[in-house]
Amino acid sequence: MRVLSIERVGRRYGAPPRQVVALDDVSLTVEAGEMLAVMGPSGSGKSTLLQLAGGLTRPTSGRVVLCGSELGTVGEAGLSLVLRRRVGFVFQDINLLAALTAAENVSLPLELDGMRPRSAMATARALLSSLGLDDVANRLPAQMSGGQQQRVAVARAVIGGRSLLLADEPTGALDSLSGESVMQLLRAQSDDGCAVVLVTHDVRHAAWADRLLCLRDGRLIDEVRPPAGPESLLRKDRV
Amino acid sequence: MSIRYSLLAILDAGPRHGYALKSEFEAATGNVWPLNVGQVYSTLSRLERDGLVLVAEEDDGQKTYRISDTGRQELRRWFGTPVVREVVPRQELAIKLVFAMRAGPEQVRDVVQRQLVATMASLQEFTKLKATAERDGDLAWLMMLDALIFQAEAEARWLELCEARLARVRPELLPGHEDADATRDVERTP
Repeated sequence: MRVLSIERVGRRYGAPPRQVVALDDVSLTVEAGEMLAVMGPSGSGKSTLLQLAGGLTRPTSGRVVLCGSELGTVGEAGLSLVLRRRVGFVFQDINLLAALTAAENVSLPLELDGMRPRSAMATARALLSSLGLDDVANRLPAQMSGGQQQRVAVARAVIGGRSLLLADEPTGALDSLSGESVMQLLRAQSDDGCAVVLVTHDVRHAAWADRLLCLRDGRLIDEVRPPAGPESLLRKDRV
Repeated sequence: MSIRYSLLAILDAGPRHGYALKSEFEAATGNVWPLNVGQVYSTLSRLERDGLVLVAEEDDGQKTYRISDTGRQELRRWFGTPVVREVVPRQELAIKLVFAMRAGPEQVRDVVQRQLVATMASLQEFTKLKATAERDGDLAWLMMLDALIFQAEAEARWLELCEARLARVRPELLPGHEDADATRDVERTP
């Protein structure tokens, strides 16, 4: 099932002659259960692409279709409903609420969406537990490592069963092993059916995706898929 | 050289015959270095000559080897000595880029782009294997995959840098430009 479709999208800032072209005629699709990584140097348009995908900014040309709704045609109220129900965000700045425990942070989106606090908290605890985060459920962000905080932020982003998870450099501030635990979690979300779009300049983390797109100066220039079929680079046949 | 010490390391866990050594070596290194059985036996006879392994028993012409005390000392010394890095690795990709540069920046860009796509695809495959290794709790294999991943990452980052440098370089410094050789000669003059 197609979750996201970006069709010939352009995004320009300012007016000629000082116009900046952040994205130029970019098209891509993401299916449920697929993980897509968008790579490129600073200023290549990666974050703009993610903001367009999440309805945080509107394209100057082309269209963005999220779960069947064209974001440009739904009104503000409709847009915020689609985004709240369907899309989760994870940023490099983890921004969990400092005064709330991990479980409270994760349950908050459900409460804001009208769920009763007790049910929301039970759902949040169950999710944290399924993600191997039981031991931090009652901790405040300051009592957790950076890696744990970011994993809680992923939990908060997917609670309630979102269709699309958008992650902007989610491992940027973490050490190698903590970064890897966050990538494992994003991968697991995708394996469970969520569409994941990861923006990163870290090639090692981009390699967790099913497909990699490279952006340069606002245009898509390359697509990488893993080698298919039996001619694997390595085989691990245990004796 | 590392085959010699790898065989000692396997024998350190207990006596083995030649074929078992080959299989264990290959399994431990994920078949990255296939080893023919002839190599195993020639290495074993050198280790035996140097007193690092002993023939434990011989049954129907098949020898079982065990590590000697000297062999154990030699193995400890190997573990305790850092590996010396080749200062100028004869890397095909580096050589390819050097000669692509003579054909002009377009050729280099093409080489860099194609290689970057291929390197990223390898990186994806290593990462998939790592997820499996993690599930199996195979720590030695996991660390080996980490090494391959970091090497591929280094190559990808280097290629990205090459691309960025090409985009920034002054045209008169590129081969094919009429002033290129003259400019370089001037720059090299002390």
